[in-house]
Amino acid sequence: MRFSRHLLTAFVLFASGVVLAQTPTYKNVGRAPTKQEIQAWDIAAGPDGKGLPPGQGTAKEGAPIFAAKCAVCHGADAEGAKIGPRLTGGKAEIETFTTLRPIRTLGAYWPYATTVWDYINRAMPRNQAGTLTANEVYALTAFVLSKSNIIKEDDVLDAKTLPKVEMPNRNGFVPPKFADIPDEKKRGCKQGICP
Amino acid sequence: MNPKNSGRRRFLKSSAALAGLAVGASASGRSLAAQPAPEKVDELHLYGERSHFVESVRTGSINNPERRLKDEPVAFGLRSPLQDQVGMITPASLHFIVSHGFEPPDIDPREHRLLIHGLVDRPLIFTVDELKRLPSVSRFHFIECHGNSSTAGPGGPARIAPTATAEDTHGFTSCSLWTGVPLSLLLKQAGVQKGASWIMAEGADASKHSKSFPLAKAMDDALVAYGQNGEPVRPEQGFPLRLVVPGWQGINNVKWLRRIDLVDEPYMFMMETSRYPSLKLDGKSRWFEFELGPKSVITRPSGGQLLPVRGYYEISGLAWSGGGAIRRVEVSTDGGRSWRDAQLQDPVARKAHTRFSIAWNWEGEEANLQSRSTDEQGTVQPTMAEVAKIWGTDVEYFRKTSLIVGDFNAIQPWRVNRDGSVQNALF
Repeated sequence: MRFSRHLLTAFVLFASGVVLAQTPTYKNVGRAPTKQEIQAWDIAAGPDGKGLPPGQGTAKEGAPIFAAKCAVCHGADAEGAKIGPRLTGGKAEIETFTTLRPIRTLGAYWPYATTVWDYINRAMPRNQAGTLTANEVYALTAFVLSKSNIIKEDDVLDAKTLPKVEMPNRNGFVPPKFADIPDEKKRGCKQGICP
Repeated sequence: MNPKNSGRRRFLKSSAALAGLAVGASASGRSLAAQPAPEKVDELHLYGERSHFVESVRTGSINNPERRLKDEPVAFGLRSPLQDQVGMITPASLHFIVSHGFEPPDIDPREHRLLIHGLVDRPLIFTVDELKRLPSVSRFHFIECHGNSSTAGPGGPARIAPTATAEDTHGFTSCSLWTGVPLSLLLKQAGVQKGASWIMAEGADASKHSKSFPLAKAMDDALVAYGQNGEPVRPEQGFPLRLVVPGWQGINNVKWLRRIDLVDEPYMFMMETSRYPSLKLDGKSRWFEFELGPKSVITRPSGGQLLPVRGYYEISGLAWSGGGAIRRVEVSTDGGRSWRDAQLQDPVARKAHTRFSIAWNWEGEEANLQSRSTDEQGTVQPTMAEVAKIWGTDVEYFRKTSLIVGDFNAIQPWRVNRDGSVQNALF
């Protein structure tokens, strides 16, 4: 019950109001950020679509951008090349998961389409991160997903449609409930290893 | 890097700094005429160098994928040479590095900020100097990559080879005295709101490395560190700020920390959903595995070393666990048939490397040296056969799979041959 003890401590702290202290303890250390400052830094996109900005894109629009900015590393059809990994995959690759040579590509393995958006937006293209517009990131996400036949070429991705894209390996992760994550005993972990 | 070059560069830098100092002094009207010019030999002492007879270095590379274009070997990162170290602290200059192929950014600490926002009453921005005004703590903690000791994946062949050193088998762990502000203090200052249950931490590197973990851990013992072993955190370790998440997989210890967001569910970042989940033989992946189990390795004698004569040797090594303090380390010289309790050397800290040692007389026989640690929870480090059983497979799987075997904490055996040579005996 390793972690659950920590949780219990946290609950006790919450209940006693220590964590929820209403006034800051240390005077004049740190300042309130402006809304613009938070907006400029808060780039993360969550699985429910939280944090996705306005904008949209299709695979068709993404194709020329991918050719210009991504293909040099990932190959013309996202099939992988010397520098960048293969991005395509689906049911056939999922069948390799039980073998000694599993193929864990974006198309086959990643459980959330929002993660594709988030990673392209925060880290790609390599060494030029932050140069893509929101529309370009939507279009590139659409291109990559369409190459794995997860969406169609004309499907429009935006803040509403992207979180609804069903990834092939969405149910391939345990425990499925986040609430069960911290309790190692519940997960059956022994000697520091989880089965 | 060639250590000689780095020494020369540092020397040149020191000279430049001195020149700058002289100009500054003249500008302020003070005469330097009466003072003797600093001799070059003194300049060399301004920032200490180790003896040029000492040559221990990290091995590997940052693993910038562009290396593949030139057909240069691709490593997983840089391993720390544990076999050359004494005590329980890793010199910051030899701390292991894994940064997913991205070079450490060059950050001006005066420009750096830490933003805390999300489900809080008062979002806050801190400068590094402001963080240093807050109550500080110093704690010994190890940081270990969850892929440390993996029998397969990019580092696999070197790790299982008979020629493997302790650096090859266990070099992705390091231990430092971290100094900084408890994250709980900063979160209380911001006022945690009801409904917050996870946090996400993000770095300022080129990939803006990001990681989600439960808020309870943040309130328990996580640390926003600006100090490492008495000096500012090294650039390769996150200068000017690194999140230290004691006992949990290294990936949570976000370097170049610039943002913390309080949320009600994990963000599902690339690393936590695609790279770091552990794919098991049933085809399902275990994600958000955090705590590292009890582990240990004998560093002396260890792979690649040689016992020159028969006689007395101290067997010495490191033990650590994400479950807390190390309570016991046992050592076997006969391949695990019999065990003796080793001595734990002070300091024995929670979630830190602990140095153990035991006396041994070697009479020239073939020996098989092993260590087995037990942490404060009573959890005992497993054998490889036990790890395989928990995984639901056999030990050969760990040799054959192409996957990184995460959280692999099996007992490490070293064979001492009759000629005194020591080699890896995992398989």
